[in-house]
Amino acid sequence: MTDFARAVEALRPQLLRFARAQLRNDAWAEDAVGDTVLAALAKPQAFAGQSQLKTWLVGILKHKLIDQIRRHGREVSTTTDEDEEDLDGLLFNASDHWRTAPAEWGDPEAALGRREFFEVLEVCVEKLPGVQGRVFMMREWLELDSAEICKELGLTATNLWVLLHRARLRLQACLQERWFGKAATGNPA
Amino acid sequence: MSKPLFLNCRKVTALVLAGEDRRLGFVERVALRLHMQICAACPKFSRQVALMRQAFPRWRAYRDGAE
Repeated sequence: MTDFARAVEALRPQLLRFARAQLRNDAWAEDAVGDTVLAALAKPQAFAGQSQLKTWLVGILKHKLIDQIRRHGREVSTTTDEDEEDLDGLLFNASDHWRTAPAEWGDPEAALGRREFFEVLEVCVEKLPGVQGRVFMMREWLELDSAEICKELGLTATNLWVLLHRARLRLQACLQERWFGKAATGNPA
Repeated sequence: MSKPLFLNCRKVTALVLAGEDRRLGFVERVALRLHMQICAACPKFSRQVALMRQAFPRWRAYRDGAE
């Protein structure tokens, strides 16, 4: 095995974790990562070494994930019980006012300048329930637009907005719990 | 039916989040602005959403190894 092949193989577990988080299906994730590694080993000369190997591989992986979504997007159910949970009911009282007012998160740079913040955000994204997680990552990680996401998953625009709304609310609650709520004690990650 | 200009916090929250994924209409934007002037809680939520919006591209970069 060449050094290049060894370096690619060493990154396989991380690629698999990303693929699972996106597809929420182990078999499809394995396929996407397998295709990525094959493509990388087939033309190592395409990796000019100007960027990190990981960045280059993740770029290939994203294309392979989109291929998997095109192939299987309509096989996945577009709701689960967890996705249906009424988060609004927890946040608002009967007269539609906040039960507990949102906290002041302060200067964005204080959080965004810290690596630990992104580790927490990563955990929060991976904890999103199946459909919300898939859709949110298609939007914010794969950077697909709404029309594309709707087409690949067979969703209406309204379905998509509801899912993204719930995903963003969950992320807000998760960041509050795991990061900003701990700000007074120095944001232990 | 005309769209109401005075919204409750639940509806405002929904509009703030909708604004991340579609362009809000004129009446929606005016209603949001009106509510933000009389509410102490929703502007905080709106700032939280803005922080998350700033965070996502950087999360992408962190995740993909560019950072």
